[in-house]
Amino acid sequence: MKRNILLLISTVFILFSCSSNTEEVPQSVNITLKFTHNWNGTPVTASDFNTIKFTNKNGEKISIERLRYVVSNITILPVDLSNTSLADGVLGFGVTRNFINLKEKEGLSLETFAFTGIKKIGFRFGFSDFENNDGIYQDLNSANFNVPAMLGGGYHYMQFDGKYLDTNNQEQPFNYHAIRAIDKTVTPNITKDTSFRVDLGEVNITGDAEIEIKMNIAQWFENPNTWDLNKLNTVLMPNYNAQLLISENGKSVFSLGKVTYK
Amino acid sequence: MKKSVLIIFLLVLASCSSNDNQHEEYTPVPAKLKIPKLFEDKLIKPVIPSNNPLTEEGIALGKKLFFDTILSKDNSQSCASCHNPKKAFSDETPFSKGVNGKFGSRNAMPLFNLAWNFDERFAWDGKEFGLEKQAIEPVQNPIEMHSNWNTVIEKLQQDNTYLDLFQKAFNTNKISQDLVTKALAQFERTLISGNSKFDKFLRNEVQLTPEEQNGFNVFMDEARGDCFHCHGSNNNPLWTDNKFHNNGLDATFSDLGLGKITGDPADNGKFKTPPIRNLSFTTPYMHDGRFATLEEVINHYSEGIRVSSTIDPLIKKANQGGVKLTAKDKADLKAFLLTLNDYDFINNSDFQQP
Repeated sequence: MKRNILLLISTVFILFSCSSNTEEVPQSVNITLKFTHNWNGTPVTASDFNTIKFTNKNGEKISIERLRYVVSNITILPVDLSNTSLADGVLGFGVTRNFINLKEKEGLSLETFAFTGIKKIGFRFGFSDFENNDGIYQDLNSANFNVPAMLGGGYHYMQFDGKYLDTNNQEQPFNYHAIRAIDKTVTPNITKDTSFRVDLGEVNITGDAEIEIKMNIAQWFENPNTWDLNKLNTVLMPNYNAQLLISENGKSVFSLGKVTYK
Repeated sequence: MKKSVLIIFLLVLASCSSNDNQHEEYTPVPAKLKIPKLFEDKLIKPVIPSNNPLTEEGIALGKKLFFDTILSKDNSQSCASCHNPKKAFSDETPFSKGVNGKFGSRNAMPLFNLAWNFDERFAWDGKEFGLEKQAIEPVQNPIEMHSNWNTVIEKLQQDNTYLDLFQKAFNTNKISQDLVTKALAQFERTLISGNSKFDKFLRNEVQLTPEEQNGFNVFMDEARGDCFHCHGSNNNPLWTDNKFHNNGLDATFSDLGLGKITGDPADNGKFKTPPIRNLSFTTPYMHDGRFATLEEVINHYSEGIRVSSTIDPLIKKANQGGVKLTAKDKADLKAFLLTLNDYDFINNSDFQQP
């Protein structure tokens, strides 16, 4: 249905563009958004999982065993939004989402289309409150990505699990799970939308292209809050302050990578 | 004279062609799974291979085959011998006895809601990909049915009832391993369990007791049971993630589980998350049936965790032995788990021995 709407809009745009003979007509091109992962520049793939081989800013050695997250409302828009026309690529209407599971290589590439020209690319990490409703996404229910109702329901933004070596050099688990923050120590409970918009910057789209979106996993532990896994490791979902810290650190995690024309 | 010869020739031709089609063309009736509304609402579509669509005749044939001892070497065992419908299609003993009296090394997994195993990896160690392929192995496994497929096909081919049923299900009376496993898979996909007390609670038809409600909260509370990360929730009525985890059963592994299949040491000691519906019927528990009671299972997660290199990081407080539930939380957790018993499934006449 969404594709049909986009197709219809594309058709409308082409009809309008036919009336202008002097302006350069933007072309619809195929875009692949490719999500890659690194640890301070060193590529990370599923083959790097399950081994304690990374060191965070606080000096803890860690392994990665699970990394699953959701980005929603990916947009490819003109730099000057006042010039936005129906023809510009908002990827779908309503909530669009891409579920990324590094270990099982799900969702690492997203096929879409855009119009040529200088565009800003962005997305939301997780879901805004408006879209983070309990149990409504069948794909995420099937992937067991829900948040319990006692924590406000809706969905995880991210499940990042692994192990770290504690101060006694003993392996301990961490569950760095990002969700909408909820403070259950007060009545009524306070909730805070800790999803955030990521603006990746500008790309001059001239043809069919693959656009890399990079996640620097180390940044989750680094900026602006140096993460101490000895203090914050598991049971972070009901920890209101931990969720705020996760959200703050997430804002420097993503960046624009290579743009490769096909 | 020439005309009469031609007519006779044509009649002979016509009679020859009718001899080649002793069985009339039959179009099997398409069938649909009886999908509970909760499943429709919450889950993506079940997996039904395009080359094995469900038909009434295919399901009926699969059911007959499932309960028929003809698949075993000495006609003594059927699939149902180890996958008893009264036990949610599992076995009441830790290991199942094969036709030669030998026991296997894994507990028979319960069979229900298999069409929603989206990764299609079946068995405790994920060794079988796809429900159709899963059905191949037990027939020829020396410690299970210990037959071989050529013999099975020969026996089926000599049975007029089966010839007729295959003709109706697949429009051929040439029986093959491929068609037998397709029929079995069709029947197995119909084994749907989705009408427990908890399902009724979610449909606002019944209330939970305070103990059951607290047990559900223990299940969903990351700081207490934290069961939901692997075992589903009110939003995932499968009550399993169908993934593979090391849940802290052993410090060293006599059975590598998924690791033996993938060859990756990081998968050693990992076994499939079983669904937690129908637990009253699927005792004993775990891949080796080591726990006879639900109390033992709960105690394992509370105090009995053993650390190993591949233990899942979702197993919290592993170095302290587990999450240390209170006696009340343990009892209430059990009360909640029992609300996932589906008596309609156990007693469904469609799933009983014909």
